[in-house]
Amino acid sequence: MPEPSGITEILGIPTDIIGLWVAALLTLAIYSFLYGDNPVYKFAEHLFVGVSAAYGAAIVYHQALVPKLVQPLSAGLIQPLLAGNPAAIVWSKATLLIPGMLGLLIFGRFFRGYQWLSRWPIAFVMGLGAGLSIPRSIQSLILEQMHGTMQPVWPLTGGGFDNLLLIVGVVCTLAYFYFSLPHRGVMRWLSRIGIWFLMIGFGAGFGNTVMARISLLIGRIEFLLYEWLPTIGIHLGGPGIG
Amino acid sequence: MRLQIPIALGFLAGAFMIVQFFVPYYALQMYYEQLLDWAIIIGAFALVLGLGSLFRSHIDKIRSRHPDYIYSFVALISFAVMFFFGIFYGVNPRTTFDWIFNNIQVPLEATVFSLLAFFMASAAYRTFRARSVEATLLLVVAVIIMLGRVPITDYIKFVDIHGFSEWLMSIPATAAKRGILFGVALGIVATSLRILLGIERSHLGGGGGAGR
Repeated sequence: MPEPSGITEILGIPTDIIGLWVAALLTLAIYSFLYGDNPVYKFAEHLFVGVSAAYGAAIVYHQALVPKLVQPLSAGLIQPLLAGNPAAIVWSKATLLIPGMLGLLIFGRFFRGYQWLSRWPIAFVMGLGAGLSIPRSIQSLILEQMHGTMQPVWPLTGGGFDNLLLIVGVVCTLAYFYFSLPHRGVMRWLSRIGIWFLMIGFGAGFGNTVMARISLLIGRIEFLLYEWLPTIGIHLGGPGIG
Repeated sequence: MRLQIPIALGFLAGAFMIVQFFVPYYALQMYYEQLLDWAIIIGAFALVLGLGSLFRSHIDKIRSRHPDYIYSFVALISFAVMFFFGIFYGVNPRTTFDWIFNNIQVPLEATVFSLLAFFMASAAYRTFRARSVEATLLLVVAVIIMLGRVPITDYIKFVDIHGFSEWLMSIPATAAKRGILFGVALGIVATSLRILLGIERSHLGGGGGAGR
């Protein structure tokens, strides 16, 4: 099929302007939820679900299934066989039949009595992920973090105090999560300080999350004010004038 | 055997991944990359299962004439349109797929997530109370971090809010995060070992049939 990339206008209206209007109306449709649940919001919500699922499926098809399975199998195995030239078969590509078969076994879930077949690919992927994560977690989440924590603390000026605070924070946070000893005496104070550090961490996480959402909100409002409104003749100035 | 073979398969795959991490032999590296590709291929098939679940949920709504069943048509039709253009015309820039992505999916995604700003503000207003030292600490730090991210605090000359919020992020918050990460890492290692040794089998459940 030919690529429809040449289309630049529909009914005399540039596709860029149509896109701008579609994006603006959908943005307003989602914000209509602030007033209450309504049909316009539900429409936009379900549109989002459908489009997102199809986006994921198409990307996986083009960036995983075709280049990693279909093309190599076709070039290395199927085409030589169809051409009646088995000498041209690239046997290393034939190993791709294994993940292909394992992938197909997943569909065993759809057939009564054969559901157990879907365990094979799931067990394979889970085992792979588990084996992959053990050394990498130890390396990146334990050893590297310990290395980053154990920095020189002397002299206290010039970063030493910060490094000391980091060590104290990590030790106290770990003390809070250490339940093999009762939290009494020294442990009580260590875990108490650990809670303070945790609260600072949670507060920082909350503040960052809120600001990330606010940043998205500002982006959408800027889009409406400075890109969409100018298309109906309202120019407010500011950044990103379309 | 219906359970033992998958457990053995998982163990072999996982054991290979651990061995290749410690043995810098080029052939092992090659097989490692090949196995990662295999996992991606199997994941692509697994996506179909997820899509099947999505379709079934919406088709069930339509069949049972659920009060909102009309929107299930919207989800299914939008999926079909996007999927059609994605599969048959490609996903490159300047295609219809790209147009739908830029003008429908991206704005919807950004708007849905920005909507959370209102709900977080509302939830914070209703629940944040400085009743204890810990709660006050969380509240104050959250406010400082938020102030540190807005340009208007540039005009406050007597205190460096940007610098202080950066310091909070890089020292005390990092210390707390590291403490949590140690626990997370130990949890990952323990769970992974349980999976490899066949002690953890919940991911193999749901298959049904004899010989469990």
